[in-house]
Amino acid sequence: MTPLLVPHFTATTCLGRGLAPHRLALERVTSGLRHCNFETVRLDTWIGEVMGVDDIRLPAALARYDCRNNRLALLGLEADGFGDVVRAAIDRHGRRRVGVILGTSTAGILQTELAYRRRDPQTGALPADFIYATTHNTYSVAGFVRDYFGLEGPALVVSTACSSSAKVFAAAARMIACGLIDAALVGGVDSLCLTTLYGFSSLELTSSRPCRPYDAERNGISVGEGAAFALLERAPASLDANAVLLLGAGESSDAYHMSSPHPEGLGARLAMERALADAGLQTTNIDYINLHGTATPSNDAAEGKAVTALFGDHVPCSSTKGATGHTLGAAGAVEAVICALALRHGFMPGGANTEHIDPAIPLDYLTANRVGRVERVLTNSFGFGGSNCSLVFGRAA
Amino acid sequence: MIAWIDGVGVLAPGITGWPAAADVLAGRADYQAAPTVLAPPAVLPPAERRRASRLVKAALGVGLEAVAHADASTLATVFTSSSGDGHNCHAICESLASEDRAVSPTRFHNSVHNAAAGYWGIATGAMAPSQVLCAYDASFAAGLLEALAQVTTSAAPILLVSYDAEYPEPIHAKRPVPDAGGVALLLSPHKGPRSLAALKVSLGDTPNTRMNGAALEQLRTDIPAMRALPLLDLLARQQTGSVSLEYLAPLQLMVEVAPC
Repeated sequence: MTPLLVPHFTATTCLGRGLAPHRLALERVTSGLRHCNFETVRLDTWIGEVMGVDDIRLPAALARYDCRNNRLALLGLEADGFGDVVRAAIDRHGRRRVGVILGTSTAGILQTELAYRRRDPQTGALPADFIYATTHNTYSVAGFVRDYFGLEGPALVVSTACSSSAKVFAAAARMIACGLIDAALVGGVDSLCLTTLYGFSSLELTSSRPCRPYDAERNGISVGEGAAFALLERAPASLDANAVLLLGAGESSDAYHMSSPHPEGLGARLAMERALADAGLQTTNIDYINLHGTATPSNDAAEGKAVTALFGDHVPCSSTKGATGHTLGAAGAVEAVICALALRHGFMPGGANTEHIDPAIPLDYLTANRVGRVERVLTNSFGFGGSNCSLVFGRAA
Repeated sequence: MIAWIDGVGVLAPGITGWPAAADVLAGRADYQAAPTVLAPPAVLPPAERRRASRLVKAALGVGLEAVAHADASTLATVFTSSSGDGHNCHAICESLASEDRAVSPTRFHNSVHNAAAGYWGIATGAMAPSQVLCAYDASFAAGLLEALAQVTTSAAPILLVSYDAEYPEPIHAKRPVPDAGGVALLLSPHKGPRSLAALKVSLGDTPNTRMNGAALEQLRTDIPAMRALPLLDLLARQQTGSVSLEYLAPLQLMVEVAPC
């Protein structure tokens, strides 16, 4: 692909709102996970909850969109002055020329879960104040963001479980390449809900401790939530050396199982190979890999096989889900932002919580930060249904 | 953006496939509304086949019809749906509103929006990229736009599958999609021996094309995937023409069709 400029980016997770708390937590290798006390959930698990989400009020004209997922989207959008950068891009390109391409897995399903507790005892009907289209529906978060900025251009939600907001970068790049838009607001928003907490628990995929990616004793994920966004535009002829570029994207399907990865990581390997080919790069050009690294035994084993088969054991890599939790449909965008921070500030983040690196997975897995110039990074996102996406980001110079 | 249509699949209330749809649209047969007929997907392993939801049956049914003469194992796909599996969603929400809150593992992994795409991969063995989208009532147009963008940038054929199914009550009252339905198009970057028509897609503001006849117009507006009907109408009549399909107001999708 033709490299695209990422002129601005932001992330909000359990580590905090915006880039500064993320950089601080990553530099200190600390975790934002806490024991689960979300809503009325009674599960022995840890979560990555964003503080203050329910204090957010949507503009009155957009009240129909009100739900935890869209509150989180708004909290994230206005961090780091990101909203102002989007508004400036709209002024530059026009309302129809800025696309909104966002990933989510569950959108505002919490709103429906709560409405089911308030069904009419006689008729079973949902309460009158429950609005399906703008809260529950998978598209609702992109509809909200498009209306929030008064946009009139293309919009869509990619929903491929935990690869959703990595795949938005690829979809946006295609739209720009085809001349449908001049800039894209991409990102991912996924918020805590009972479906995912009880669902992953039923699959015995949640840990009763803070998740420990690539640890020999790892035993499951910590569900998190997050909102991360980036702006994508065609790169101008001359760029600031610190500028971050999207260099390539690779997508694949496992064609294997609905909730287990291919045991040899074949789909994961294909996605990484296609991302490198799309960027016109070799494995030796990659300085750091942000792993999907959910901390389930099978995910990390399969991803580890794919990475070692392709890169050998000498590329520094880590999963940052020990810090943020697994933010599901937002994970691709959250980790793209972490990669952008690594490029901009010259460090490779060590993975939090991991104590004893699994000796069965021969990777250069970082548990402490490594400081130094980082030129190009690759980030992996894999999801249920066997959906895989890898992205390559780099510095302009 | 340009592509050639090399295969079509359709399932809808009273419509059992593309030949039946073409007969109705070209005026060779009357439209008779009837519940959508969904077959268990023979391509799935027995356990998955037994458990396949109405939504998955609709998606796989139209997809398989469109690729009847193609090698599905190498095809990239775009799946687009205005919603997930409504019956599964209802069962999960009921469980979560009850005292014990137990969610079955199968229900949970079937709750993802990309469930049909996942089953398609298992059925066909295709490891090519698979995109899964939602744009509410504009889901067909959003999917067609993404499919054309992929054909343009990859220069490879792609299968577009647009599909929807109903929610049971109480969500049905809030989102009254009446039945299952789907449309699939096999799109190629080049004209080939099986090409039916050339397709050109762009963005514009022309008001949406309506269907002639109250029943077909009702079908177009009832089921989001059926927003494709004006395109299928040109294809069935083998007419050159252009239609406006519902996208995201004020933007609409302009589609020009030229039969081969």
